[in-house]
Amino acid sequence: MNAASKDPVSPAPRSIWRSLPTEYLGLTLALAALVLVFSVSTEHFFSATTFRTMANQIPSAVLVATAMTYLLVIAEIDLSVGSVLGFCSAVLGVAMTQWHWPLPLAVLGALGAGLLCGAFNGLVSLRWRLPSFIVTLGMLEMARGGAHALTRSQTQYIGSSVEGIAGTSVFGLSLPFLLAMVIVVAAQLVLTRTVFGRYLVAIGTNEEAVRLSGIDPRPIKLAVFLLAGLLVALAAIIDTSRFQSANPNAGTGFELQAIAAAVIGGTTLMGGRGSVSTTLFGVVIIAVLNTGLASVGARDETKRLTTGLVIIAAVILDQYRHRFGAKWRNE
Amino acid sequence: MFQMNSAPPLLTIQGLSKAYAGPVLDGVPFDLRPGEVHALVGENGAGKSTLSKIIAGLVAPDGGLMTLRGQPYAPRNKKDAERHGVRMVMQELNLIGNLTVAESVLLERLPHRFGWIDRHELHRRARRILDQVGLTDIDPGCFVKSLGVGRQQLVEIAAGLSQRCDVLILDEPTAALTAPEIERLFAEMAKLKAAGTAILYISHRMEEIQRISDRISVLRDGRMIATKPVADLSLDEIVRLMVGRELGEAIRRESKPPGPVALRVEGLRRGEAVRGVSFEARQGEILGFAGLMGSGRTETMRALFGADRAEGGEVFLHGEKRPARIRSPRDAVRQGIALLTENRKEEGLLLPLPIRTNITFLCLDQLSRAGGWIRATAELAEAARWGQALSVRCHSYEQRVAELSGGNQQKVMIAKWLFRNCDILIFDEPTRGIDVGAKFEIYQLLADLAAQGKAVLVVSSDLKELLALCDRIAVMSAGRIAETFRRDEWTQDKIMTAALSGYLKQ
Repeated sequence: MNAASKDPVSPAPRSIWRSLPTEYLGLTLALAALVLVFSVSTEHFFSATTFRTMANQIPSAVLVATAMTYLLVIAEIDLSVGSVLGFCSAVLGVAMTQWHWPLPLAVLGALGAGLLCGAFNGLVSLRWRLPSFIVTLGMLEMARGGAHALTRSQTQYIGSSVEGIAGTSVFGLSLPFLLAMVIVVAAQLVLTRTVFGRYLVAIGTNEEAVRLSGIDPRPIKLAVFLLAGLLVALAAIIDTSRFQSANPNAGTGFELQAIAAAVIGGTTLMGGRGSVSTTLFGVVIIAVLNTGLASVGARDETKRLTTGLVIIAAVILDQYRHRFGAKWRNE
Repeated sequence: MFQMNSAPPLLTIQGLSKAYAGPVLDGVPFDLRPGEVHALVGENGAGKSTLSKIIAGLVAPDGGLMTLRGQPYAPRNKKDAERHGVRMVMQELNLIGNLTVAESVLLERLPHRFGWIDRHELHRRARRILDQVGLTDIDPGCFVKSLGVGRQQLVEIAAGLSQRCDVLILDEPTAALTAPEIERLFAEMAKLKAAGTAILYISHRMEEIQRISDRISVLRDGRMIATKPVADLSLDEIVRLMVGRELGEAIRRESKPPGPVALRVEGLRRGEAVRGVSFEARQGEILGFAGLMGSGRTETMRALFGADRAEGGEVFLHGEKRPARIRSPRDAVRQGIALLTENRKEEGLLLPLPIRTNITFLCLDQLSRAGGWIRATAELAEAARWGQALSVRCHSYEQRVAELSGGNQQKVMIAKWLFRNCDILIFDEPTRGIDVGAKFEIYQLLADLAAQGKAVLVVSSDLKELLALCDRIAVMSAGRIAETFRRDEWTQDKIMTAALSGYLKQ
């Protein structure tokens, strides 16, 4: 049409390998620095045992943080993940110890409970146009109440019959760890490479523009709430199996940890920007920080203080990183 | 009716200039005498609001001289202007919904004792202010948002009138008022006039202007065309001054015999803005929608597209007997209707995302394999193809849309909808806020689309653009289509008269 107009150079489509350095360099360095600091300051830290312990601890946190990342991408939030985890765990425990359900059925029951909570969060916030912050704040109380009601506030000892899930190991790595990694990779690919993922980012960026483009955002958002419920239920099953018991207080405070992990990984609370793989870094950084501080003998209050500072520092650094590529923010 | 006064001017303005993208005010002279109502008229975008905002200290001029009571006057901000006795009641409501009426009326001078608001005194003073304008039935303690828009407007006016001022600017004050409320406002204005206040009155309601003003000034394209006593001008003369004589710019297109009817709308209704709109658009035709701000053009298009749920009326597509079911944008897009909204930043584009993502957004299913896996190479190729077809100027199609100029953003939005290949394209203010070069590219594009047999609907506040571009122009006034003109029938005067017609009867 216009010969004078400069033909923009078409770059090759972004490959996973190409984006690796820019997306993960900072987080990798931060993680490496933490590991180095703890390895130097105490001799027990840098050992196979430490890393195996951490690998066994993080799967449930990884799944919950993955769910949170998806919700943050669509500019929603779920404050109920911790309570729902407790509730699903309670369902699994009570189903096995008191109703004497076989393991597979009890697992299905727990997954169903998670799905139900996700459906409630999604449907209520969509139907009445309530912020998910409010609805899930309500669910946070309700699910915890449900967990206590089911278990009569008693930890349900299930015993070795559930041990199999967390206990199985492949190539020295636990089944939950492998499962969590597979889910992270899959979730990241869905988010960046599929139409569904593209819609999620678009909804988080400008929901009204999506609606006026003739795409109904509501079923897509509901799907994310359901997915979150399912992932949290999976996390509950893993933790229940690891402890061989269902504690009605399981998952307390998980929502804040999951948000922190996502935020350290560069996901914003404003929607439209987020990555599951960097959230994984966030979870690992928090885990290393906790384990490392414990191994240098830091007290609990020191741990919390440090974690808090790290979260804030991470967000500040992330802002600087984005300011270079994003002039639009300054407009 | 009113006596001409020839007192020395209170406020004098010489050579006032202001430019944003282009010049908005170009060497404008103006003056206000004490005790007069001075009406300011002009088409949308003629510069009325800018002029009044400069006087009220909301906008700083680029050049020119203002004197108030013989002293140089250059308000730094609204507060500064108010210290000089210049107040403005805005067209958009300034009130804060979550405050009570009393609090918002007296916001800047809440009576207090050591920081504690004296509620009793607050309500007493608010009561007095409200009574002054006859709002005896409004409780000062009720929340602003619980009042209707018209009464909110009255409260706003009451707040403006309550403070002593020498110059009062009223921008479209009657837009949301009922007839008795307007009467009360006029009575109050008469009182202020008698006390020597100069009132600058902006409106497009000619009957009101002829009734209450002493003098009238006409702005057109940022220039002051005339300032005369109202009694010296007829309605026709005012309209002619507003639209000017020189016709058309370089944009031209040949009218071809139109194709079959692509879209027929019957009795479309939604709220106050859309009150029974009927029209039809043919394939290969550009149908323009002219009208004043708030005449219901955007609302009509949104209702037709399903962006807002229509409350009544039917839409027939492609000559079908049965009405189309359009209850959401999703329905509309599936049936081949595209709406390019007037607010491309807020409602059209995904600003922080790349050009590629924006262009391919509506057609991702064409660009993906089973399971929704996007074919990245094909996606980029399509984005580049459409970007080039519309000559979007950018470094790469991975560039964020937010970094582009207004014209290029608009092209990205058009590319997105053209890729989707809709038959009926609605453009709402397609050239708002974009530079002249890009404007002409977009005009050519609209003409090309019509030549391809699409039905093109264009809403625009730029009458010249519609005159140059359209085969027919539907003129909306007060939520209805007042008249529809063919190319050989229309004149600017006729269109302007039709645009005002819905407001004359009130």
